[in-house]
Amino acid sequence: MLTRRQVLLGAAGGAIGSRLLWPELAFAAAPVTAGVPAGTAGEAVLDALPGKKPLIKLSYRPPNYETPLQYFNQVLTPNDAFFVRYHLSTIPELDAKTWRVKVGGDAAGTPAEYSLDDLKRGFEQVELVAVNQCSGNRRGLSQPHVQGVEWGYGAMGNARWKGVRLKDVLAKAGVKKEAIEVAFDGADEGATDKTPDFIKSIPIWRALEDSTMIAYEMNGQPLPHWNGFPARVIVPGWTGTYWMKHIVAINVLSKPQGGFWMNPAYRIPKGKFPLVDRFVTQETDANTPITEMVVNSLITGPANGQKVKAGQAVEVKGIAWDGGYGIQSVEVSTDGGRSWRPGQLGQDLGRYSFRPWSYRFTPGAGKHLVMAKATNRLGATQTMELLFNPAGYHNNVVQKVEVTAA
Amino acid sequence: MRILLLAALIALAAPALADEAQIKLKDGPGKDAVETNCAACHSLDYIPMNSPFLDRGKWDATIKKMIGPLGAPIDAKDVPAILDYLTKNYGSS
Repeated sequence: MLTRRQVLLGAAGGAIGSRLLWPELAFAAAPVTAGVPAGTAGEAVLDALPGKKPLIKLSYRPPNYETPLQYFNQVLTPNDAFFVRYHLSTIPELDAKTWRVKVGGDAAGTPAEYSLDDLKRGFEQVELVAVNQCSGNRRGLSQPHVQGVEWGYGAMGNARWKGVRLKDVLAKAGVKKEAIEVAFDGADEGATDKTPDFIKSIPIWRALEDSTMIAYEMNGQPLPHWNGFPARVIVPGWTGTYWMKHIVAINVLSKPQGGFWMNPAYRIPKGKFPLVDRFVTQETDANTPITEMVVNSLITGPANGQKVKAGQAVEVKGIAWDGGYGIQSVEVSTDGGRSWRPGQLGQDLGRYSFRPWSYRFTPGAGKHLVMAKATNRLGATQTMELLFNPAGYHNNVVQKVEVTAA
Repeated sequence: MRILLLAALIALAAPALADEAQIKLKDGPGKDAVETNCAACHSLDYIPMNSPFLDRGKWDATIKKMIGPLGAPIDAKDVPAILDYLTKNYGSS
C-alpha cells in the first residue's frame, strides 16, 4: 500500500495537491520544540490531516497534531493550521443538517433539542476572539518529563468564534436553583465500549458567563471537522479540555460530574498556582481541576541560535495571553534577564485573545540571551522556574533565545 | 500479524490511518504482544513519544491504567511480555 508520503516522494512533477507546496516534507522532519523527550523528537513528523496544512504529528490515533511556530506570527491562527487534540479515536463525520444538540440534565427545567438552524435563529449570535490552549501545552518541556502527549509550544491557537451564548440556551431550558455544574458530551467515542467517554463539566457560574458559547464558526468559516464541526463549546480563558468538540449533549447537574476525565485526569495540585477561578464542586483535599490559563508568552522570532549582523536592529516579537484578564505588558531582556525593557503591544482583539508584541534592539558583536515576560492586568506574571506538577500543566517558564551577532 | 491488524484498522476507519503503517517499533521479544494489544485502542507512536523517561514501575503503572480506568482489553497473559518489552526498549534505565 502506498502511504501519502510515498506518493509525494514518487510524484515529482505530478499534481497531488498542497503537499507539493511543502517540499521539505520529503524529509519528514518535524520542527519539534527543543527540550521535548528524545523519543518524541524521533517520532514526530510533519503530516497533513484531510483539510489541514502539514502540522507536527505527535500521534495518529487519536489524532494529536501541533501547530508549527511560524503560524503564531499571525494574531489569528488559520483554521487549516489550528492544532488538533483528541482523547478518543472514533470521530464521526457529522452532517450539519442532521446534527442536534440535546439540552437537559436533572437540574434543567424543560429538556430541549436544537439543530444548527434552531441555534442560529433562536438565539442572539455573538462573536469573540479567544485563545484555545490545550491544558498540556508545553508538557514535553517538563523536567522531569511526565507522561502524556508531549506537546511543545503549539497546542494552542487563537480564533474569532461565532455562536450563541450558552447562558441563553440554558435560560430557555430553565436552570433549577440546585444546579451546580453543566456537563458536555461530544460525538466522539472510545475504541471500545469500556473506554470512558470524554465528558467534561464546568461550574454553573462559568456556564452562565457571557463569554461561554456554543460556537459554529471559526474565523468566518464553519468549524473544521478536526476542531469540532459542526459546533463546539468555547470557554474563553479556560484551558481547552472544557471546549467540547462535536457537542451533542449539554446537561445541567445538581451533582458533580464523575468519570475518568474529570478525576483523576486534568488535575493540578491545590494551592500551587496563583489562580482566581476555582471549581469548588470538584476540589479534593489534594487537587483541583485545571481551570483558567496562566499568563504566558511565546517568542516567535528570532529563533534560538539565530545569527544576526552586529550593529543592525533586530526585531524580537511574539504573542502573549492569559486567562482572560488581559495583557498589561510584555517586558523584554536582551542580556539574560539582568535588565528588562517594555515591549510594544500590538493589535488588541480583546482580553481573551493573543496579544502581539515586539521589541527592537541593536546587538553588539557577541552572544545575546533574549527573554520575554508577560504580565496581566491582575499583576500576575510568568515564572523563571517550572512549577512542576505530575501532569505537566501550566508551564509558563520565561523562554530564553540565544542570538549571536557578528 | 501487525500488518493484518493495521490493514483491518485502515479498512474500518479514515484513510489517515494509512500513515500509522510507518510507525516502526524496535525489534525484540514482546513486540508482537505490544502491537496486538496496544494498537487496538491507539496508534503505536504513543510509545516512542513517551520515551525514554519512564522506568519499569511507571510503565507498569501505565499498563495498569490502560487496563483499569481506561478499560483496555489487554490479555492478562500478555502483560509480563508487554512490560518487559516497554522497559527494555522504551524505558529510562
